[in-house]
Amino acid sequence: MNVRAIVALVRKDLRIFFGDRRAVLLSFAAPIVIASFFGFLFSGSSDKAVASRIPIEIANHDSSAISANLVQALTADASLAVTTATDAAIKDAVRQGRIAVGIMIPPGFGEAAGRAFFSAQAKPTLDLLYDPSRGAEVGMVRGILTGQVMQTVSQEMFSGQTGRTMIDQAIQRLDRDSGLSAADRTSLRALLESARHWYRRADAGPSAGRVHGLSIPYTVAERAITARRNVAYNGFAHAFAGMSTQFVLFASLEVGLGILLERQRGLWKRLRSAPLSKSALLAARTASGALIAIMTYAVSFAFGMLVFHIRIEGSAVGFVAIIVSCSLMTAAFGLLIAALGRTPQAARGVSVFGLLLMVMLGGAWVPTFLFPPWLQTVTLIIPVRWAVDGLEAMTWRGLGFGSAVAPTLVLLGFAALFGGLAIARFRWEED
Amino acid sequence: MLAVSHLSKAFGAQRAVDDVSFGVDRGRIVGLLGPNGAGKTTTVSMIAGLVRPDGGEVLIDGRALAGDTDPLKRRLGLVPQDLALYEELSAAENLHLFGALYGMSRAETAIALTSALAFVGLTERARDRVSTFSGGMKRRLNLAAGLLHDPPILLLDEPTVGVDPQSRNAIFDNLEALRRQGKALLYTTHYMEEAERLCDRIVIIDHGRVVADDTLRGLYARLPSTNRLTIELDGGDRDFAVDDLRRLPGVRSAELARDVLTVGLDDVSAGAPAVLQWLSGTGRRCTHLASERGNLETVFLALTGRSLRDA
Repeated sequence: MNVRAIVALVRKDLRIFFGDRRAVLLSFAAPIVIASFFGFLFSGSSDKAVASRIPIEIANHDSSAISANLVQALTADASLAVTTATDAAIKDAVRQGRIAVGIMIPPGFGEAAGRAFFSAQAKPTLDLLYDPSRGAEVGMVRGILTGQVMQTVSQEMFSGQTGRTMIDQAIQRLDRDSGLSAADRTSLRALLESARHWYRRADAGPSAGRVHGLSIPYTVAERAITARRNVAYNGFAHAFAGMSTQFVLFASLEVGLGILLERQRGLWKRLRSAPLSKSALLAARTASGALIAIMTYAVSFAFGMLVFHIRIEGSAVGFVAIIVSCSLMTAAFGLLIAALGRTPQAARGVSVFGLLLMVMLGGAWVPTFLFPPWLQTVTLIIPVRWAVDGLEAMTWRGLGFGSAVAPTLVLLGFAALFGGLAIARFRWEED
Repeated sequence: MLAVSHLSKAFGAQRAVDDVSFGVDRGRIVGLLGPNGAGKTTTVSMIAGLVRPDGGEVLIDGRALAGDTDPLKRRLGLVPQDLALYEELSAAENLHLFGALYGMSRAETAIALTSALAFVGLTERARDRVSTFSGGMKRRLNLAAGLLHDPPILLLDEPTVGVDPQSRNAIFDNLEALRRQGKALLYTTHYMEEAERLCDRIVIIDHGRVVADDTLRGLYARLPSTNRLTIELDGGDRDFAVDDLRRLPGVRSAELARDVLTVGLDDVSAGAPAVLQWLSGTGRRCTHLASERGNLETVFLALTGRSLRDA
């Protein structure tokens, strides 16, 4: 193989690439800008103080202590940003998407909830208005609301005035209830008298008989599993892996279109007339495409490391192996575009559609764990998925070289597949 | 030096080149003349090894090309019809690349490109981007790229398409200089004037087949007449028989249409006085007289029954 010719062809491609400064700037800056944006959107935060709160509005039409305490408890919740409003204002706010959830507490809610707590009497209804496009936030508010209602109602029933009144009324009803046997009446009276005694003790001193109501009987110690104990999750690592891969694929599109353009301009004819093998011509194209891809990755991740503190917490060798194999895959993909396309104009539209599909399904835009389970399985046939997952594994997940082997081999497999198809379908003859 | 023998190529049902044979010797320019779509470019592509022929062979110095990497390819220089240059690179960068493709060292290329650029008059523009060149300059650089590795055989596929007359003349001067250097040039064109000016031998090709292969003089000899006399007559009412005119010595043809008499002659100096004398005997008066030499257009018309421009 004529190495000097291949080097000259690669140098030519790089010279043309770097000759267009605006295009170079766009190739390197675009993934950085978009990755930064996506990083901010999806980075999450380990710092709860700066976590964004879910905005909700409450209209309280009930004058009971239970309802007042419920509003107070929801307002105190760190995950919610609560404001009070009228029913109409809540409806408007939800419809316009300004808030995810609005809660309307009807008159008599506290009393009805207290009665329903000890008996099978009709349960009162809380009106929950929600924005159907914000399902995750609605689910979260629903969970918080359930916990707070249980705690507030039970607290009031075991220690508040409402509870005492309920007990007194129950003892009076007991004397009138002729349906009970004498033994049952005696037992129930003993239970209710014990409860009354409990309330009296609570009145005797601040520390006696204090009740906090029912609450969830456990606490959760949350710990994000990242590379190491003191390494926080860095959402920018995903964004930079995804966006770099996307733009590297778009660079491969330019490689493919470049070959078609050379063919259209008669340059391919001149190259083919030289004493060069077909494999040398394709190898040069693959090498220059892969080099441009590697440079795009390098510039993007260097920026991410400097500005957003992305770190290769796993295997550096694995990181490089994935980048090199992905770059070869994208370069081979460029050849495939050139092999299948008839003209640059015709090839561009179809290729852009294919690329967008690949980056979307490969998890370059949003992480694949947000996909339905079946789609997560299907997307394993998309090379971008392996590249993004592999780069994440080598960055914030901090996995070792072993975890880079599968993505590397799969990406090299795709490179071989695309390259093989390109060679098989390449139009060598010039008429 | 270059021998093409019974070359054939079909694209699907269409026969692009059909049993084409010709040769190009050292120090000669052979023109491959034909209308667009006649099969000229396909023939050149087969000679350059870009298209595999269905039949026949191409011999370069008596040997056929054996694959893409055959060093024999260095004996050929291709100047394609398209401007096969990287516009984003300078003239020197383009030539450095093409030198490397032909296995030339950087030093060898540097010497060769200086010489090639001087030859086509672009020394001053060596460092300029090709995108800043005029059409004519690009054509000259296209020629320089084909010459860089000093091939003894040059394949020039319509190398003057779209250039101004001044640049065209400059290219012609270059090609004549190359002929003097002893190179063998195959020149495809559909401009008969170019073939007439440059070529030592002309192969006329139409619908993929060679319809004539001869020197310019030899091609003219195939015409029914080498000169054409066009005589406009007054509108007199006296008729005459054109057949009588055809019987005059040296007259090869005679046609009368709408008071315009067209006479084909072997020798205009001997034939014209005789025709005019005969005409005065008919009582018709000549109002305008024009003499025209036969050309490749008329040759093509005579050989194919169609005009080269209309084909």
